Amino acid sequence: MNNCKYDLLIAGAGGQGTILASKIISRVALAQDLEVKTAETHGMAQRGGSVVTHVRIGSRVYSPLIPLGDADFLLSFEQLEALRWLPYLSSRGTVITADLVMEPLPVLTGREEYPADALEQIKKAAHRTIVLDTGQAEPLRRNPRVLNMILLGILCPLLPFPRECWEEVIRETVPPRLLEINQAAFRYGLEYKAD
Amino acid sequence: MSAKEIMTGNEAIARGAYEAGVTVGTAYPGTPSTEILETLARYKGIHCNWSVNEKVALEVGIGASLAGARVITCMKHVGVNVAADPLVTFSYTGVGGGLVLVAADDPGMHSSQNEQDSRHLARLAKIPVLEPADSQEAKDFVLYALELSERFDTPVLLRSSTRISHSRGLVALGEPLPREPKEYVKNAPKYVMLPAYARRRHPLVEARLQALQEEAEKSPLNRIEAGSPELGVVCSGVAYQYVKEALPDASVLKLGFSYPLPAGLVRRFAAAVKRLLVVEELDPFMEEQIRALGLEVTGKELFPAVGEYSTELIREKVRGESRGTIPPREIPSRPPLLCPGCSHRGVFYVLKQLKVHVMGDIGCYTLAATPPLEAMDSCICMGASIGTALGMVLAKPELAGRTVAVIGDSTFLHSGITPLIDVVYNAAPVTVLILDNGTTAMTGHQAHPGTGFTLQGKKVPAVDLEALCRAVGVRRVAVVDPFQLDRLRQTLKEELAAGEPSVIIARHPCPLLTRESSPPLAVKEDKCNGCRLCLRLGCPAISFDGKKAAVNPSLCNGCGLCAQVCRQQAIIPVSEEGR
Ligand SMILES: Cc1ncc(C[n+]2csc(CCOP(=O)(O)OP(=O)(O)O)c2C)c(N)n1
Repeated sequence: MNNCKYDLLIAGAGGQGTILASKIISRVALAQDLEVKTAETHGMAQRGGSVVTHVRIGSRVYSPLIPLGDADFLLSFEQLEALRWLPYLSSRGTVITADLVMEPLPVLTGREEYPADALEQIKKAAHRTIVLDTGQAEPLRRNPRVLNMILLGILCPLLPFPRECWEEVIRETVPPRLLEINQAAFRYGLEYKAD
Repeated sequence: MSAKEIMTGNEAIARGAYEAGVTVGTAYPGTPSTEILETLARYKGIHCNWSVNEKVALEVGIGASLAGARVITCMKHVGVNVAADPLVTFSYTGVGGGLVLVAADDPGMHSSQNEQDSRHLARLAKIPVLEPADSQEAKDFVLYALELSERFDTPVLLRSSTRISHSRGLVALGEPLPREPKEYVKNAPKYVMLPAYARRRHPLVEARLQALQEEAEKSPLNRIEAGSPELGVVCSGVAYQYVKEALPDASVLKLGFSYPLPAGLVRRFAAAVKRLLVVEELDPFMEEQIRALGLEVTGKELFPAVGEYSTELIREKVRGESRGTIPPREIPSRPPLLCPGCSHRGVFYVLKQLKVHVMGDIGCYTLAATPPLEAMDSCICMGASIGTALGMVLAKPELAGRTVAVIGDSTFLHSGITPLIDVVYNAAPVTVLILDNGTTAMTGHQAHPGTGFTLQGKKVPAVDLEALCRAVGVRRVAVVDPFQLDRLRQTLKEELAAGEPSVIIARHPCPLLTRESSPPLAVKEDKCNGCRLCLRLGCPAISFDGKKAAVNPSLCNGCGLCAQVCRQQAIIPVSEEGR
């Protein structure tokens, strides 16, 4: 995998599990003997605010931050956040986003409007868009916190890393009592067909 | 091959301290530095403790160093201001065991009230500065710093930043050195800084700075990466990574040991390139020193002294390339908020109702300055609420009875006690509200002396806030639960009218810490008249569709504030719905 490069941006609202997702991707890439750097949001911004984790994989990685317009993948837990971080996507990049809508305070209080056409805007701007229909996703009904695993499952076949490796990393990373549901969520993502 | 692990910069710094044989770690929490001590505390055989503030953290570190231990003391950039007094004189005494002071800057102010460049403070104290550019260097530089500290008899400043501390990268692990503190030797002329002794020490500090510069000239932390002679870039810290990515052909002088500036090395580098550029985040610290050497150099006329740098910024400024292809859109922001069930929310709701001036402080509660609560007039630095409130009423006596200071429990212990004494000393009619949520919530729920627990979770005597306030001379001390809005309002009115110093302790543990919650509430649609009063709480669980309010049951923590605020009794526990 000489001279390869994968830049992934993972976006969500504070507390949605972006950091765990980035850890798993990183470990999978490390197992391929690639270099990995990530950059995370901590502190003040975490209190329900917009958070983003950068994951950079390659034979040589300098900056931990993905330059604007360089991301190969944008994984998002929420529509508005996918829209917010879209400028990071490259012209050939792929968006994988959950169809969740979490209204931020300016919308809740009626001062601003949530863009009703967020998904259309994303589809128009991105080279490729995969939208997860969360209402249909059975694992989320059992545990809404496994959304990150479904997104990773969708991502898995789009990266040239063996599936077994992802599964092994998940086994090593997730606490045993939550392993089964996380594995189920990952599998759901693997088999997911967006229409 | 040695084992490798993926680590944040903060984890790597802690690992470095462990490998270097550090036996004492001290800190006061502050983003982005907090996880260093939390990680270090997990290694066996190292005494780690949260100090009450950064000045004390450094003083404890100094004592441990004099006693012969290797020490790491950690803080965020503004913490170094608090610790500046001991730091500048500690430079005169020098160390016993090595001491590395980690200062974590926050370009871009992700979680800070300013974006000062802490290298200036090292220059003020005349101590060396090391600037790692990734996790591996963060670890390696701690070992180097402690060697340097002992060899040159000086504290060393390790400057991290948000993108170093909170980025992950691969780190090769090393074997820990033996943990053997040196002998303590009493040496008053070295350690007692009365004028006669300090006068003898100062020339040594100047000579040391010279010697350190010579060391920086040949340090392996400073290196030239030869590239095209057209452009030479001097850089340090994470900016090095942006430069390498944006300008792969340029010649680079990477300064890991950036102060004292290795002037000879810089001159040699400058002579070999046609155009010299300095890329450093925040202030033109190296740039001005390089210009003072008589060299022609470009820096801040191209790059901002404000905010974070990035690869695309350098591509744009140096190569004229545009940033990305997809333009950003105008979409609603998602600001950080007080959590559902937060014990601070009700306090600010009432303060806004009473239309008082709120001299604020730093913590989660500072978020109450933003809409819709907007219940804060000022916020300067930790502890400033009480002194500024005193200043307000001294300047404008008519503001007495209409001005309060609001301060968190951790912040009160950090630096609120001395200004409270000043309020008493001035017999000033100032009301101080201590928001006692039993933790340092903002930085991730660290224990503090008021909690009765140590960093390791060991039980210790807790500071009694009521007794403390009384002991400094406050005669009126009240304790209220901030979820009882009527009581809180009543108490505030009484204390504001009292015409003398008073303290109200609003006590309720942070629900994130205790995981306290009650069944969610719901809006009875037929009763909701759309008055929007509940929206003034700024609770993320409450929304409004233009006509009626609604509660999102998956976010609601059941704290019941909205039910207290609602005049139509339209918000009730879900369990009572339909009754
Ligand atoms: C000198 C300094 N040190 C550390 C910090 C980081 N910091 C911001 S607020 C805070 C303490 C918050 O605790 P508390 O006052 O109890 O309020 P809470 O967040 O729990 O509401 C800390 C440590 C800072 N801003 N300045």
